[in-house]
Amino acid sequence: MSTWRRLHVKVQTTRGLLTSRPVTQRHTWLKGHVLLCQSLSTCTPLRNDFFKDLEAQLAAMRKKAVDALPGSSWSALEINPNLPPERADIVIVGGGVVGWSIAYWLKQKERVRGEVKVVVVEKDMTYSQASTVLSAGGIRQQFSLPENIHLSMASADFMRNINEHLSVLHEDPVDLQFNQSGYLFLASEDVAHIMETNYSTQRDAGAKVALLSPTQLKEKFPWINTNGVALASYGLENEGWFDPWTLLNAFRRKAISMGVIQCCGEVTDFKHTTNMVMTADGEHLGLRRIHSVKVQMSNSLEYQPVECAIVVNAAGAFSGKLAEMLGIGLGPKDTIAGIPVPVEPRKRYIYVFHCPDGPGLDTPFLIDYSGVYFRREGLGGNYIAGTSPEEAEEPDTSNLEVDHQFFEDKIWPYLANRVPAFEKLKVTSAWAGFYDYNTFDQNGIIGIHPMVNNMYFATGFSGHGLQQSPAVGRAVAELILDGGFKTLDLNGLSFRRIMAEEPMLERNIV
Amino acid sequence: MSAPFMSLRRCCQRSALLIVTRRPRSSSSVSPPPPPPPLHTRLLLSLTQRFYDVEMLLSWRSQWRRKGIRKKNAYYGYTQRFYGSDLAAAYYVLSMKGAFRFVGQTEWYCPDKRGKFNWDFLNHRDTQLEEVNMNYTLINYTGLVNLEEQRSLRTLSVRGCSEVDDWFLARLHVLQDSLEELDISHCPHITTGGLAALRNLKGLRRLDVSSLPGISSPGLVIILLEEMLPQCQITATGYDLSLR
Repeated sequence: MSTWRRLHVKVQTTRGLLTSRPVTQRHTWLKGHVLLCQSLSTCTPLRNDFFKDLEAQLAAMRKKAVDALPGSSWSALEINPNLPPERADIVIVGGGVVGWSIAYWLKQKERVRGEVKVVVVEKDMTYSQASTVLSAGGIRQQFSLPENIHLSMASADFMRNINEHLSVLHEDPVDLQFNQSGYLFLASEDVAHIMETNYSTQRDAGAKVALLSPTQLKEKFPWINTNGVALASYGLENEGWFDPWTLLNAFRRKAISMGVIQCCGEVTDFKHTTNMVMTADGEHLGLRRIHSVKVQMSNSLEYQPVECAIVVNAAGAFSGKLAEMLGIGLGPKDTIAGIPVPVEPRKRYIYVFHCPDGPGLDTPFLIDYSGVYFRREGLGGNYIAGTSPEEAEEPDTSNLEVDHQFFEDKIWPYLANRVPAFEKLKVTSAWAGFYDYNTFDQNGIIGIHPMVNNMYFATGFSGHGLQQSPAVGRAVAELILDGGFKTLDLNGLSFRRIMAEEPMLERNIV
Repeated sequence: MSAPFMSLRRCCQRSALLIVTRRPRSSSSVSPPPPPPPLHTRLLLSLTQRFYDVEMLLSWRSQWRRKGIRKKNAYYGYTQRFYGSDLAAAYYVLSMKGAFRFVGQTEWYCPDKRGKFNWDFLNHRDTQLEEVNMNYTLINYTGLVNLEEQRSLRTLSVRGCSEVDDWFLARLHVLQDSLEELDISHCPHITTGGLAALRNLKGLRRLDVSSLPGISSPGLVIILLEEMLPQCQITATGYDLSLR
């Protein structure tokens, strides 16, 4: 019986050696002795057993032979798989919420699948300095410019139906954690008339806003100290705050599922040709056309020049620096070439504090006429506050360090004045982020630059880029694919106003 | 004693393996080729090769469903023009399979199981609705436009409506003066952010927020709601408020 078994197993194992059986089956045989598939050793073998490893070695040799023969995907040259493609139709510089919104809308509006090849280049995948994720995340319709109101309303409509737009098959639905608490603007005597004109503009544009007198304000929010408040403007609908990281990831996930290529790298140079023309005023103007974008990989000397037809500058706080690479603003003064893109980073602080007796679930996003704002964060009595510093005292933008003294000097007194419960509070944390501040008139710039005829700008929103991002993405996609604005007329936000030096000032900047 | 048993078992396993491994090697197979899989299996296998088509079909299905809901909640402009906004609101409520009661009357108008309703309500022109019951219907944010003119609406019940979400609650501000009783229990898409929007309803006296699966810490949220609406009586059952 045992000899038959031994013979059977021997035949078995020789047959097994000739076929390609998985190596995990261990069968050893020594001359005249059978060990049936059980490892009886308790430690690693001291010498390499030739026969034991023979199976594994033959399998490895077979694999190497298959790889070396033509038809396999092995190659001696190692190509970095993270490089962007060599050619693309549209390169979007900047992977923040505006950049990904533009990428999503470009793919949404294309008529044939694969019509436009879109690449989004973002230099920092941790988003440590990106304005999107460091923002307070509020959305409001209480602006004084009709374009801004329409942009915010369209964005709120988008966010209401966000799952209709951005849901991906078999993935979780998008939950923005939108708090429908509204914005509350307080005005003193001297600016009350501005608030009234803004109110009529907002009502005409369709925003749901209500004006409150000090008594009504006190009745609605008993924790407010109404000293000095002449008028308050309160958003009833479509206003509040949400999670910017969720919105960014929703856009990114949907855009990637539709075929947008994401690249982690920094744009360091453009290859462009210049066509010198004479303008009507007799000045020489160099019209540039970008041919390729040089994308540098992070922490490496590798770069890839991406040939493209259109470049979109959605780089946020760093858009001005990007435009300088093309020579915009480096010409002689008082010429078109001498006007730079007026976007620069401005550092803003946000402080998180805890107050045990503070206002409850109905706290709106309150903005005082002194410029100080705060809103509720979560359900545990935490709040977020900040303010815009004076022009002369702008903090240094080389880093994102927080100045804690700023809270004690410039924010706390006004907070405690407005909400007496905030006299007792404790700052638990703080962070700083950049505004992509438009030094010209603090409103977004959307459109082609007159000097570079294939670079589109969507930047300079000065603190309200996040709330307008879905509508801005749609507008830029319409500009690129349809040649003009179709749903919202944003010609007022183009470069024309900067070249003609006619600022469209917003009278409600926070 | 178990050793021969184990070796016998292993022997059987190996012989089974022998039979199994023989087939791919030998060209002259003794056993007949396996039968082709049945039609539905073949169909499913071919669908696995076509991901984008299947994705498109599934997205059409959800778009179709959403289109149905949108159509149901459309603005009843034609009815408003010819019959007035109150009758249009009444007709909207009945078409959505809800029920309502006019101001000053005790009779409820509601459709039966099959959706058919009595057209007697047309006799009462320009009478506002006082109580509306839209439990387990498909009312959503856009559908509320049909109820905006109802300035005497005292009770609104949208229990178990799957399309009622935070934006719907925010839009309820149009009824802020008159609404006294609101029932939003069992709505799956309501979260804490939407409950914050109820601060506008200053006339609210009774609120039912039972069994809302969307709110994360119900005990705390109910306390905050009670602080936010001091004159309102809040019913919140169906939560497990035990300390874990």
